[in-house]
Amino acid sequence: MNLSTDQIRNLLCEIPDPEVPAISVVDLGVVREIRILNNIVEVDITPTYSGCPALKTMEEQIKKKLLDHGIQSQIKTVFKPAWTTDWMSDETKQKLKDYGIAPPQKLSFEHLHPFAVQDKKAPGCPFCNSDNNRLTSQFGSTACKALYFCDNCHQPFEHFKCH
Amino acid sequence: MTTDQAKFIYCLRIADNANILAHRLSAWCGHGPILEEDIAMSNMSLDLIGQARGFYTYAGEVEGINRTEDDLAYLRDERDYYNRLLVEQPDAGDFGVAMMRSFLYSTLSYLQFRALINSKDETISGLAAKSIKEVTYHVRHTSEWIIRLGDGTDFSHQKIQDATDELWSYTDELFEQDEVDSILSNENIGVDLSSLRDEWDNMINEIFTKAKINRPTSNGFQAKGGIRGLHSEHLGFILAEMQFLPRAYPDAKW
Repeated sequence: MNLSTDQIRNLLCEIPDPEVPAISVVDLGVVREIRILNNIVEVDITPTYSGCPALKTMEEQIKKKLLDHGIQSQIKTVFKPAWTTDWMSDETKQKLKDYGIAPPQKLSFEHLHPFAVQDKKAPGCPFCNSDNNRLTSQFGSTACKALYFCDNCHQPFEHFKCH
Repeated sequence: MTTDQAKFIYCLRIADNANILAHRLSAWCGHGPILEEDIAMSNMSLDLIGQARGFYTYAGEVEGINRTEDDLAYLRDERDYYNRLLVEQPDAGDFGVAMMRSFLYSTLSYLQFRALINSKDETISGLAAKSIKEVTYHVRHTSEWIIRLGDGTDFSHQKIQDATDELWSYTDELFEQDEVDSILSNENIGVDLSSLRDEWDNMINEIFTKAKINRPTSNGFQAKGGIRGLHSEHLGFILAEMQFLPRAYPDAKW
């Protein structure tokens, strides 16, 4: 194999998340580890949510991307450590915002305890930056997003949940 | 019983609970009282299907005779299903019953996964760390509805109180245990459910107080038997619907 793990990672950076194409599967944090073993590349991936239907698609796209470069691969699903939005870089969060999705904040106690008092505001509407917004549903069009409404620019928007 | 045999059944029980509750919730897809709730119930169902898949797959690996997640979900009959009776109870389109059923179960599931994060078994610990984040949403979402309905109009209060009274007979059974649990809790792989009972009670009481719901006494009829494969009449109908396709068309792929 004449490619390093870093070069392979860069190839995977070209694969968009099937549900949020503004960021790549690497940005999302789904690609955990890349190993090169006797001309086969092993890629560990971890699901965002247990039932995320996009995981299978991501797996197929990773295999295909590598095969297009003549690389055989094996994809392994790992559960530990559990995926968290805290792995997203500031750059990734900015990409989400530019795409119209309010990015996740840092995880805190209120996200982890079911009865903690929730802050029902997203940190800034992605369209007008206003904090004058409110949660309309904890569950959105995909498992990873919640629905909000901005009372300043009167737009509904999605927020990538802190997870 | 060996540790692996116990682990196989333990994982099946967790997976069966998730799978059957997911099936009940999925029946609401397209029938939610409002669009957002329709999405919420389908989302919760999807999380549970994902959790079931993880635990079925691991159960198959532990068993070691090449049964896949699909084999375990679709090719076992009632007596080999080990879910709690609560999750198979029908809601007959009553939103209050659906929310109460999920609330009572998710609260236990939350506490169980929180304990299983420390399991000595790496896979169980990993699946628990993954699942608890989702179950936290489920507890939060259903508890908010229970407060809204209980502390809402006279009509909504009566409906959620009726739902509570109806489902209460299946709450003791949530904590029923046997040899499987004792073997695994002794080895720090599983958790002794009786150690979670007080906290479960406190969480239920906290929400019932806010919702002005009267907690039924436990003196009435309490069902038993899900973990031994003894079910109410409802499970057979669920399995008939869920398993029809892979049984009628064994070559089907999806």
